[in-house]
Amino acid sequence: MKYLLILLFCLLPIFSYAGEAKDMADDPVLEKRMIGLAQNLRCLVCQNESLASSHSELAEDLRREVREQMQKGLSDQEIIDYLVARYGDYVLFDPPVKSYTLLLWYGPFALLLAGLAGLIFQLRKRKNKISETHLSDEDAKRAADMLNPSKDLQK
Amino acid sequence: MMRFIWPFVIFVTLAGFLYVGLHLNPHEVPSPLVGKPAPLFNLSQLHEPAKQFSPKEMKGQVWLLNVWASWCVSCKVEHPVLLALSRQNIVPIYGLDYKDKREAGMAWLQEGGNPYVLSASDIEGRIGIDYGVYGVPETYVIDKEGVIRYKQIGPVTQQSLHEKILPLVAELKAK
Repeated sequence: MKYLLILLFCLLPIFSYAGEAKDMADDPVLEKRMIGLAQNLRCLVCQNESLASSHSELAEDLRREVREQMQKGLSDQEIIDYLVARYGDYVLFDPPVKSYTLLLWYGPFALLLAGLAGLIFQLRKRKNKISETHLSDEDAKRAADMLNPSKDLQK
Repeated sequence: MMRFIWPFVIFVTLAGFLYVGLHLNPHEVPSPLVGKPAPLFNLSQLHEPAKQFSPKEMKGQVWLLNVWASWCVSCKVEHPVLLALSRQNIVPIYGLDYKDKREAGMAWLQEGGNPYVLSASDIEGRIGIDYGVYGVPETYVIDKEGVIRYKQIGPVTQQSLHEKILPLVAELKAK
């Protein structure tokens, strides 16, 4: 009885065999093109995932849609336009330069320039503040001794 | 004193941005369809599959298109709000049963009540894609010309109903 049970457990993996993942498109070239396009598109349900990697139902539907449009012979740009018309620029991981995305695209450079300008301004101001002081020979020697006390320690 | 002004100004600006950001919902993606004609479709009705429904039939009326599904959890939240609205006879509500089995959809309405004049069955979710649906429930306010005037993402609440949807409906009806 015990051995029979063990034997049955050994046979368990046979039933858990999952089978190969279904090839969604019969055409691997098309599938590759679809994945390439979908990698640059955002899944709206799980917002930081791409349409290519998301497992949400909507993403699956949209992949199906993209696949079908590719089969119809639409260009990548036409398919992107189709999705943007429905879901907005939000589906693009690479937002287009528009009046309201100017700040997004050029804001960092504007900040960098402002920072540089501020830095130059500050440095100039500081330069004017520091006046050259002339030391007498004696003072210079004292200063050098203070800055380099190791000689004294050796004595 | 002067040396603290700039850090203070930067701090206040940043705090302002962060404060506004706290109240934004990243799941609300502005729909490019607002202000555009509602996409046309022909779908069979949920209760009478032999009959079709098309938004064309709604020309000349202000109406709501509510996207729902029996599997949708938040739809349960908005359901009483829609039921109450339908009883008031202010604006007709049409349903789009999105990616749902017919029997499941009908059972859901039987159980919870049916606020819709009728529901169209979008079994494969293709019409949903045309409408830019990504999170059920979604509700569209469509004017007499068939143009989408407002899109509510997520459940319709008493608040959104009274602050946004009903005033807009009244305005569109008066036109």
